[in-house]
Amino acid sequence: MTPTYYLLLSALLFTIGAVGVLVRRNAIVVFMCIELMLNAVNLSLVTFSRINGSLDGQIMAFFVMVVAAAEVVVGLAIIMSIFRTRRTASVDDSNLLKY
Amino acid sequence: MTGTINLAGTLADGAQQATGVANLAWLLLVLPAAGAAVLLIGGRRTDKWGHLLGSATVIGAFVYGLVLFFDTTALGADDRTRDLHLFDWISVNSLSVDLGLRLDPLSLTFVLLITGVGSLIHIYSIGYMSDDRDRRRFFAYLNLFVSAMLLLVLGNSFVTLYFGWEGVGLASYLLIGWYQGKDFAATAAKKAFLMNRVGDVGLALAIFLMFKHMGSTSYDVVFAEIGNQSTGVVVAIGILLLLGACGKSGQFPLQAWLPDAMAGPTPVSALIHAATMVTAGVYLIARSSPLYSLAQAEDARFVVMIIGAITLLIGCVIGCAYDDFKKVLAYSTVSQIGYMILAVGLGPAGYALGILHLLTHGFFKAGLFLGAGSVMHGMNDEGDIRRLGGLAKKMPITFITWTLGYLALIGFPFLSGYFSKDAIISAAFSAGGGRGWVFGGIALFGAGLTAFYMTRLLILVFLGKPRWEKLKSEDGRAYHPHESGPTMTIPMIILSIGSVAAGAILSGMLPGWLEPSVGELAEVHGPLSHTAVSILTVGISAIGAAIAFAVFGRREQPVTRPQRVSWPVRAARADLYGNHLNEALFARPGVWLTRFLVFVDNRGVDGVVNGIAAGLGGSSGRLRRLQTGFVRSYALSMLGGSILVIAALLMVRFA
Amino acid sequence: MSALLLAQEAATHVSTGEAISFWVLGPLALAGGLGMIFARNAVHSALFLVMTMLSLGVMYMVQQGPFLGFVQIIVYTGAIMMLFLFVLMLVGRDSSDSVVEVLRGQRLWATVLGVGLAVLIVAAVARALTEVRPLGLAGTEANGGRGNVANIGLKLFTDYVFPFELTSALLITAAVGAMVLGYVDRHVRGRKTQKELVEARFRGEHDRPSPLPGPGVFATSNSVATPALLPDGSVAEESLSRLIDATASEKLDEERKAVAGALPGPDARALAPGKEES
Repeated sequence: MTPTYYLLLSALLFTIGAVGVLVRRNAIVVFMCIELMLNAVNLSLVTFSRINGSLDGQIMAFFVMVVAAAEVVVGLAIIMSIFRTRRTASVDDSNLLKY
Repeated sequence: MTGTINLAGTLADGAQQATGVANLAWLLLVLPAAGAAVLLIGGRRTDKWGHLLGSATVIGAFVYGLVLFFDTTALGADDRTRDLHLFDWISVNSLSVDLGLRLDPLSLTFVLLITGVGSLIHIYSIGYMSDDRDRRRFFAYLNLFVSAMLLLVLGNSFVTLYFGWEGVGLASYLLIGWYQGKDFAATAAKKAFLMNRVGDVGLALAIFLMFKHMGSTSYDVVFAEIGNQSTGVVVAIGILLLLGACGKSGQFPLQAWLPDAMAGPTPVSALIHAATMVTAGVYLIARSSPLYSLAQAEDARFVVMIIGAITLLIGCVIGCAYDDFKKVLAYSTVSQIGYMILAVGLGPAGYALGILHLLTHGFFKAGLFLGAGSVMHGMNDEGDIRRLGGLAKKMPITFITWTLGYLALIGFPFLSGYFSKDAIISAAFSAGGGRGWVFGGIALFGAGLTAFYMTRLLILVFLGKPRWEKLKSEDGRAYHPHESGPTMTIPMIILSIGSVAAGAILSGMLPGWLEPSVGELAEVHGPLSHTAVSILTVGISAIGAAIAFAVFGRREQPVTRPQRVSWPVRAARADLYGNHLNEALFARPGVWLTRFLVFVDNRGVDGVVNGIAAGLGGSSGRLRRLQTGFVRSYALSMLGGSILVIAALLMVRFA
Repeated sequence: MSALLLAQEAATHVSTGEAISFWVLGPLALAGGLGMIFARNAVHSALFLVMTMLSLGVMYMVQQGPFLGFVQIIVYTGAIMMLFLFVLMLVGRDSSDSVVEVLRGQRLWATVLGVGLAVLIVAAVARALTEVRPLGLAGTEANGGRGNVANIGLKLFTDYVFPFELTSALLITAAVGAMVLGYVDRHVRGRKTQKELVEARFRGEHDRPSPLPGPGVFATSNSVATPALLPDGSVAEESLSRLIDATASEKLDEERKAVAGALPGPDARALAPGKEES
């Protein structure tokens, strides 16, 4: 076994997250899928940090976490305000911006 | 601006550099041009003295022309051709056109004619146009015309000539359309302009050919080189120049605009459409005499003669049928110019004769037009000769001067026309063989017809019973014919003196005087002696006049034109179907072509453009359905795109 | 922590312990991810995601990133995911997806593209990094001596101080943004002034022209449950809170009777000194 396996796991998790974004309709679940993709990226960052013997990857993962936290705060607030006006959390119901 | 001396000094046909008083020859152009500029730019501020300024510039030019003339006569015959280089005008690669003046007997003759007759007509116009609010503008246009005409005859290259050529065309257009509020005037102006364009295209093509084959457009180079060109080029240039002459001089097949041009004020008809501008074609051919004199140009010269002969017949025949005072005179002009063209078509035997007839014609035809203008001025602008009659007693001066011009025109012995026209007829007979008999016969027959229609005009206007007494003019006024004022009668008197005397004086001197420009007048001997031709001509003219007396003088003429007439009269009244011919040959196909092009443009060009637009619009309308508004669809396409990018990167990396 | 020990060994090669932990945690993480996208209920999805995140946190520790591992568990799993659950509860956890897919071909294409993406990335990674000998962090200055947390802190406040400060601005902005988005103004039409309120009352827009009577606190008792008395001595019903009325009304019976005059009123002299003696 080599650290490459972590990268493969990361790739699979990322793909699962991407597919989740495409198939789920609940906005919160979609959001969770995005978090999963971020986590997959974090895993590869940490792995690269170890392979390269440099802490920079971990620092990058740290920043990803901070940004993800900020994103979650704003994103959930947006979901909440949409829910308040439309009484739904489905991404398919917000489709007014079209042809 | 001062005249600079052309130091090149390598003028091909022996033109000298102008010196002394001739250095100021640019004054001839600038004086009238400045007058026009002041009057046009000054606007209504110059209304009070505009006509005086306009006349003064032309008289000044005439005075200078006289000085120049005597300056030139003082020189030896070989030194009389002089060039005055003004400035480099167009200099593009190998095309180099200088604006220069050619002062030689031919151009000086024209200068005197233009400024002399021009001065008289300017003075005449002061009285004739006194009722017109825009008299100042009229004088501005007249000045513009004089300036352009002088440029035409003075230029020392074909491009300069072309510049003046278009300038007189513009002035002619403006003046024909002087009564622009009236439809017929506006239409006549347009017609004149368009038909002149046809001729101008010919002239332009001739200039292009010269440049292509001889590399220059100046008279010196062209006439020096023309002898080395192939027959095809020479004939082509000759015929194209003739086309230009036909347009400007109202020759067949472009004669139809000239009678319509009588829609302009009478002084314009006299100056532009009788004495000067319409003779520009004759000038052009006489100026190109080195070209037409060549043996290679034999065919071109023959075409010139044919055109001249046809035109003189057309003019005479139609002139017999018209009832409009000025239009009869206009067709008379057409036919007289036909004589001139016929003369210059004869080659060395005829150039000087053509110019001689041009000069005498300038005098008597201008006088005739001014007389017509005087009659119309006194008769509420009535131009229908059937409504006139018996005016001799009411307008004695007009009658006498007009009659002198009339006699000169029909070739009454020892008046102007006798010397010039008889000489042309005689020369035509001597063209050689059957050709000579045909052209001479036509010219002789034309002389008879001329006498007929001019006598008809004289009888219907001045003699007989006054048919106008019981009639009223179009605007409801009764006719009160009266003699015109001195500003109008004095020019008429001067011109009538010219009509009487010019022929006798000029016929002896002119050929020798013009020798440096158009070559020696060739002595030709035809089947008939000169005296015999003279007697014949006078006899036939007398017969024509007698027939006219017999037909029109002895019985009362109806006030309206008779409708039940024979077919030749109907054809003549329809301008011998010249307009119909133009209509059928050019206008209709032009309209069809235009319609076709419009169709192509609408369906083809626009179709492509609109089709592209419609295609884009339609495809966009369908493509926009991709914008479903579903975020997940967008995310799907983003993922697809990402995969494509990644796959491409990997292929580049690993393939 | 054993992860640190494992990390020491992993400087040169991957230890057996790490392999075991990977083969345990990796499938767990995958199962969590799959479970998240397949769970019908959003709460279940969230819990599956928590499982994945915990697995990843442990993996960070195994891979010589103890600080990140703990941050993952505490901040991500502990805080952010709880925020998710909180919002889920707020939105209503019954808002699960319907089974019917409305977008035609969406699931099919998502699956195809997902598999394609996975194949592409796996192939690329596998091909590019077949035999990697990880340098590891222990041998370098990175983790040497001071340890992971100290080193990260050192780097954050030296090399990455500017991005770090930027994240602070980002977080502040996010907080303010969340407040702006989450705030609901309940007085959209504007609060009435006292004057407007009085005029509205007298125009009859309210039930009664006067405010409700306050509780009779200062009449005989200091309890808000004490009703106010009208001038005729009767109880003002409006002065009693409906919430506490049920309990208080029993106790108030006697006092109501007293107010109504059914009981002998209080002796005016009762408060006068010396009554008992008299």
